[in-house]
Amino acid sequence: MPENSAGTLTAPTKPAKQRPGGTLYRGREGMWSWVLHRITGVAIFFFLLVHVLDTALVRVSPEAYNAVIGTYQTPIMGLGEVALVGAIVFHAFNGLRVILVDFWSWATRHQRFLFYVVVVLWVVTMLAFVPRHLINVFSH
Amino acid sequence: MTAIEAPRTPVRPAPKRGINWEKWGWIYMRASGVVLIVLIFTHLFVNLMVGDGVKAIDFGFVGGKWAHPFWQWWDVAMLWLALIHGANGMRTLVNDYTNPGLVQKALKGALFIATAALIVLGTLVVFTFDPCPAGSPADLLPSFCSAV
Ligand code: HEM
Ligand code: HEM
Repeated sequence: MPENSAGTLTAPTKPAKQRPGGTLYRGREGMWSWVLHRITGVAIFFFLLVHVLDTALVRVSPEAYNAVIGTYQTPIMGLGEVALVGAIVFHAFNGLRVILVDFWSWATRHQRFLFYVVVVLWVVTMLAFVPRHLINVFSH
Repeated sequence: MTAIEAPRTPVRPAPKRGINWEKWGWIYMRASGVVLIVLIFTHLFVNLMVGDGVKAIDFGFVGGKWAHPFWQWWDVAMLWLALIHGANGMRTLVNDYTNPGLVQKALKGALFIATAALIVLGTLVVFTFDPCPAGSPADLLPSFCSAV
């Protein structure tokens, strides 16, 4: 399925109905994958700032660390961890997609297909993670 | 540069002299990303999926892990790579959403300070960690403490 090759200025023979021509990143899967990549990246960054601080409490005292890490084990935080892992898994798989699209011309042409590969891999990973995690959080 | 260039603006060649930092930043995002997948997925698997998952984490759990230099270096590598990757990504957002000027400088300065401070703190925490602090109740400590 050859797309309009990027970098040529020839006008399309037929006016495109849905998709603006000649760009990977405007509208549809190319744009939404980028929006999600950006939002998840920012969210993970702010989590990491807090996470290094909470881990640093091991240098304060066992009691201080256990008190704070105990809040990670509550039901609400358990659901938050599902969101965090969901964000990481999307950002990671889509990051690989971005790298492939950058370096491999086949992937550039099939970036939309690869977005759905990312979605499927995300669902599979979350199916493996979420039930087990929720059982840990809501039982014991 | 305030306006976003049109999609097919001819490339501006990079300066011929000196290091092209923007290019190395671009390469770093990709190289660190590939390594971070392994580091972070393993971190999440060991801490959330094995055994009782998040319910098993406490001071003794951390003491058990950091008794091995393997996990110490694992965490330090993750700390440096992820914080620099994230901060550099945040720099992209600052460039996208602010104009050059004082606010942009302040935001980038804040990113730099926060990242540098947390890298130093996190590295010190890993390598100065004492799994058996004197005077702490034994039931909070890793089991090997009672042997010392
Ligand atoms: C809910 C999910 C998470 C839990 C429960 C968790 C738990 C922990 C625990 C118990 C430690 C102490 C040492 C160890 O076990 O290796 C730790 C350290 C660390 N974690 Fe996580 N983690 C989570 C997610 C993440 C994510 C998503 C990242 C990366 C973006 C991350 C990065 C780190 C780093 C860099 C350290 C070392 C901190 C230091 O050097 O002081 N963690 N985490
Ligand atoms: C798990 C492995 C990861 C992979 C494979 C990955 C991959 C990538 C790639 C390839 C980019 C560049 C995108 C571009 O130039 O268009 C990127 C951007 C970014 N990453 Fe990651 N990353 C990972 C983990 C992380 C972590 C742990 C954080 C936060 C601490 C993070 C935060 C960001 C941010 C804020 C951006 C900028 C987003 C933007 O410019 O829209 N990433 N990531």
